[in-house]
Amino acid sequence: MIEAHQLTKRYGDKTAVDRLDFTVRPGTVTGFLGPNGAGKSTTMRMIVGLDAPTSGSVSVNGRRYAQHSAPLQEVGALLEAKSVHPGRSAFDHLMAQAYTHGIPRRRVDEVIELTGLQSVAKRRAGAFSLGMGQRLGIAAALLGDPQTVMLDEPVNGLDPEGVLWIRNLLTELAADGRTVFVSSHLMTEMALVADHLIVVGRGRLLADTTVQDLVRQASGDTVKVATSDPARLREILAKPGIEITGRAGSEELLVTGVSPRSIGITAAEHGITLFELTAMTVSLEEAFMELTRDAVEYHGTTGIQTPGRAA
Amino acid sequence: MTTMTPTHASTPAPPRSTRPSYRVTGVRVLRSEWAKLWSLRSTWITLGLGLLFLVGIGLIAAARYKSMVSSGQPMDPDLADATALSLSLFGTPLAQLALGVLGVLVTAGEYSTGMIRSTLTAVPRRLPVLWSKSVVFGLVALVAGTAGVFATFLFASGIVSGTNAAMTLSDAGVVRSLLGAGLYLALVAVIGTALGAVLRSVAGGISVLVGILMLIPGLISLLPSAWQANISPYLPSNAGESMFALHHDATHLSPTAGLLVFLGWTVLTLAGAAWRLARTDA
Repeated sequence: MIEAHQLTKRYGDKTAVDRLDFTVRPGTVTGFLGPNGAGKSTTMRMIVGLDAPTSGSVSVNGRRYAQHSAPLQEVGALLEAKSVHPGRSAFDHLMAQAYTHGIPRRRVDEVIELTGLQSVAKRRAGAFSLGMGQRLGIAAALLGDPQTVMLDEPVNGLDPEGVLWIRNLLTELAADGRTVFVSSHLMTEMALVADHLIVVGRGRLLADTTVQDLVRQASGDTVKVATSDPARLREILAKPGIEITGRAGSEELLVTGVSPRSIGITAAEHGITLFELTAMTVSLEEAFMELTRDAVEYHGTTGIQTPGRAA
Repeated sequence: MTTMTPTHASTPAPPRSTRPSYRVTGVRVLRSEWAKLWSLRSTWITLGLGLLFLVGIGLIAAARYKSMVSSGQPMDPDLADATALSLSLFGTPLAQLALGVLGVLVTAGEYSTGMIRSTLTAVPRRLPVLWSKSVVFGLVALVAGTAGVFATFLFASGIVSGTNAAMTLSDAGVVRSLLGAGLYLALVAVIGTALGAVLRSVAGGISVLVGILMLIPGLISLLPSAWQANISPYLPSNAGESMFALHHDATHLSPTAGLLVFLGWTVLTLAGAAWRLARTDA
């Protein structure tokens, strides 16, 4: 369980995290979404006490991270930036972390096996590929068998097999009753694993919702209707609170505020032929872009603006 | 006694009931820092170099003295009033650099590689990390430095026996000087560790270390001479030198005073390191 209250971090006059309030609950995978520069990594660094909040607070399992007697058992964190000395072997790195908590060597061997690092455990971490480095970071995060697992962009640099492995791992951890908090700037990736979503942009909370609600909210229950007589259908549907748009000469209308079902019934009552009646749902990616459009820090200069992809 | 009925095997146990109880303790942080120190190749290389400088240069100095005496050449002014002790400590200035640099690497190296994030998430109270690093590396440097100077002295005194410089461990002040040199090297190591934590940069830490130990004593001669006499003995390098010099003239502190002043400098850098570590974001 992670609870943030009015969590704020300012660097000079730039506000990286702006009065965030959210709760990450056990038993589900919570996605932490936002374009690059939205304050995700800063928030995660504050959760584990690497950065001190300018104001507000964040607690883990009821206390500030630093106040726990065995912090690695409370939160296992994979941070975005590399957190390993390249000159040390994977095994020695994990062992050094384990010593601080009295975690036995057996557990170190366990996480090495769990992350598939057996064959490279004695090699210097500096020689690791991006994917292996990521696995080492996850091994370190799981070392203390933590209640809460927090991973910053875990699929970065992983091959498809690794991505699948992460997805299964996250689902298993959540099914185990743990709190799982995963950040990403890729909505599609989140849609596959997360149940709950916390969306941020420019340090502000944009949405604290479920995947389904986000889509429903973004699509705004618009219905596409194709009919032989759009002008007449428009007339009989027109009512306050109902918005109808359509191009002149086109068979298609976009209707907002009425369910497809009642449009169908109304049309039938008036003997209007319908060719198509579709509830418009947007993809998760579109919903996310819609939500963060104003919060993207760097816009590309090409025609298509893709959040979070500008260098 | 129904209350004593044991849990049936069919009752699903709470999934988390068997969690081991881990705990961060001071001793465990020390253990971790010890493991971290020895699991890097740079430790072995730098420590090896330090010992090589310490012993090698001391022996070369002794051999050169001996050859000048036996060949009857006019004595180098540097070596004219040399003793077995001063000859065997010839390598200290270079050895202190190696140990100080390794000290900087112990802390600043974690910042440059990102390891510090792992370290501080494991020990979020932070200060135990600084104390542990200082204790572990300080003790390693103490053992290596003391063993190094004693070994050098034993060999060097063997080389120069029979000359004016001849000395043995039983001569007045020799053991005290050798122990002082070992302690001096250990404190330089701790200062390096603290400087690395203050500056969080390997290059910065090493520059400041070299500046303090080697450049400032030279620059002080630019000051008016009345000031020089008041400031010079208290500089880290000069106070440190008083810890292991055999003879003390008016321009130097006594060994005890030198030790206290040098300890003061060490505590000061450590305090700066503690402040920076506790107060600023990692």
